[in-house]
Amino acid sequence: MSFVEYGDTIKDGDTAIVFLGHESMFPIKVQHGNVTQTKYGVIRHSTDLIGKKYGSKVTCSKGGWVFILHPTPELWTMNLPHRTQILYSTDISMITMMLELKPGSIVCESGTGSGSLSHALIRTVAPTGHLYTVEFHQQRAEKAREEFREHGVEHLVTVTNQDVCKNGFGVSNIADAVFLDIPSPWEAIGHAKSALKAEGGRICSFSPCIEQVQRTCLAMEEYGFTEINTLEILLRVYNVRTISLQIPDLGRATEDNSSAGFDSSNPSNPGSPSTNLQQGTVQFKSGVPLREMVGHTGYLTFATKS
Amino acid sequence: RKIIFEKQWFYLDNAIGHIYGTTFEVTSGGNLQPKQEVEETTTETKEAGADNRNIVDDGKSQKLTHDDIKALKDKGIKGQEIVQQLIENSTTFRDKTEFAQDKYIKKKKKKYEAVITIVKPSTRILSTMYYAREPGKINHLRYDTLAQMLTLGNIRAGNKMIVMETCAGLVLGAVMERMGGYGSIIQMYPGAGPVRAATSCFGFPKLFFDNLHEFPLSKMDSLLSGTFSTETLPSEPEENALVEEESNGLTDEKQTSLQETEEESATDAAMEINQTEGQEKMNINAEDVELKENTDKENVREKQRKQWERRKKLIETAALLREKNADGLIVASKFHPTPLLLSLLEFVAPSRPFVVYCQYKEPLLECYTKLRERGGVVNLKLSETWLRNYQVLPDRSHPRLTMSGGGGYLLSGITVVLDKGNSDSSNAEALQMEEPSSKRCKVQDLHC
Repeated sequence: MSFVEYGDTIKDGDTAIVFLGHESMFPIKVQHGNVTQTKYGVIRHSTDLIGKKYGSKVTCSKGGWVFILHPTPELWTMNLPHRTQILYSTDISMITMMLELKPGSIVCESGTGSGSLSHALIRTVAPTGHLYTVEFHQQRAEKAREEFREHGVEHLVTVTNQDVCKNGFGVSNIADAVFLDIPSPWEAIGHAKSALKAEGGRICSFSPCIEQVQRTCLAMEEYGFTEINTLEILLRVYNVRTISLQIPDLGRATEDNSSAGFDSSNPSNPGSPSTNLQQGTVQFKSGVPLREMVGHTGYLTFATKS
Repeated sequence: RKIIFEKQWFYLDNAIGHIYGTTFEVTSGGNLQPKQEVEETTTETKEAGADNRNIVDDGKSQKLTHDDIKALKDKGIKGQEIVQQLIENSTTFRDKTEFAQDKYIKKKKKKYEAVITIVKPSTRILSTMYYAREPGKINHLRYDTLAQMLTLGNIRAGNKMIVMETCAGLVLGAVMERMGGYGSIIQMYPGAGPVRAATSCFGFPKLFFDNLHEFPLSKMDSLLSGTFSTETLPSEPEENALVEEESNGLTDEKQTSLQETEEESATDAAMEINQTEGQEKMNINAEDVELKENTDKENVREKQRKQWERRKKLIETAALLREKNADGLIVASKFHPTPLLLSLLEFVAPSRPFVVYCQYKEPLLECYTKLRERGGVVNLKLSETWLRNYQVLPDRSHPRLTMSGGGGYLLSGITVVLDKGNSDSSNAEALQMEEPSSKRCKVQDLHC
């Protein structure tokens, strides 16, 4: 496995995702002789995992089972150890497209944080692109380096431990895109401009507060960025349910209703309502929004250097 | 070549040699290149009112008449000067607040100062453009939804992807951009041939097309049941495929199919350019036909050769599919997604992502249910994204007044090894359904 290439079988040293069912999963590092405890029992890496195909069902000691999935940046985002607040796939996808990233792109990022976005960026720019990521927290920078090595992508990324607002990205005139997720992005706009290629490029800044956006936009304008655009993207997830609604008793004679051709509920025809007279209910499939959803992650401000 | 964009017509000749992102001003016919940064219109009248309590709408605040303005335009006066004239002749302008003055100038500038920026084609530009200009052609797939598809599908260099789309080739182009010519793509197409109008707008190098395969959707069933043979190919589509290839070749030559974006909104003229290009293609094809009539024998031989080549490609593609080890599946079409998905998932390897787009939610509800019955998938998710644009200006920041009502829905998931034993699969379902079913009870309770 690698985060930038699919592999068929699970090997020693791989990072794999254990899928327990319904949004419940966690990452493991596959190692000879190791064992992993799950609520369905023990998984023995040497016999249960190594050599098996990704996507296989693995039976645990208590007779329960799990699926082992190939790692992807998206699965990693859902399972990584948090060292900071992270970016999720909804924002990441917008960032990737609006920064016009593709294989071969050179990207600068700061801060590295927990590496959620970094993995997605590396995936997209591989095999010929490169990510220069700057993290001012030494321990986090070190941890990120270690992860990139474990995930087989260290050749595609350079982690620098310095303050981007003071020292910049450590590179100049080579980037196609710059991404900023720091508390005061307006202080790094100048450095971002000099990191971008002379012929131009794209920039994105992620900020939770509108005041930060305001200052960033002013700084961008000052440094001659064009096409400045701020947006926000929200994800709505729906649960698919079969819902039954009771028919009110209006005192009508039952004979009238039975002639209307309603039959007992028909599960093979979802989506369309069907009635069940015995129970006096109508059944239908519905996409039900979750009771709570993420209302705000951050504003994304994009601009072009040309 | 003459191009029409936003009621302006111009020639592109002057734009050659400039870097992408250069802004041009339109003169009578040709293109003029003004400075990158136009000096701010010097509105020295820094007088401004505090509020609008004394501003009355009597329709007489503008002292210039329609005819006056037309006369100015006919004289070929610079748009910038017309705007200045309008401001000077507006009696209420000085009473307006500073912000209202700004807004007034912006509005007039938009109307009288025709500036055009030429930018490089990309998924970002093309998908926003298609959504704004021709949403019907791409099944109302909004650009943020497309972005989600590319991420959820883990699209990257080296993949072997299956794409089924009826979005004018926009989704295909987006996938090709992300794969950068590495790996392979199999495009499933309905009817006579794949539509790639939007794909050609990207200006991909020829290399990117080397590993792009296509396979007719109507041959799917025979391929799955093992009765597939190329002999049964309908012969009629050959002609269409020919045309397609030729037109593709044409755009390749052009390479840089330029996109115009108007300064402010990132909308653009590529649509119009496409149309004119299309017309040209038609003419050329018509000429070709004439030529071919003259040289009948050559024509027949050529036709046979193309037919044979096409058949060879088809056999190759069928072989690729038969390996059943694709790294992902992307579906975005006008067809009902359920049958497409149930069949096409057969060709995808385990532990790979798939994403289905649909303009409507209901078909995806059914698709979700059917996939659960089939098994072999985990982490099914039905989702939608909302996109909100903001105006950010000092003391005037707020969400934009209009936002898109909907950009479609996505059903995504990950394939896993399909269980062979029947008892096993029912067991699997029971386990997977565990949580949702308990929730369902709650909902029912609520309604009772």
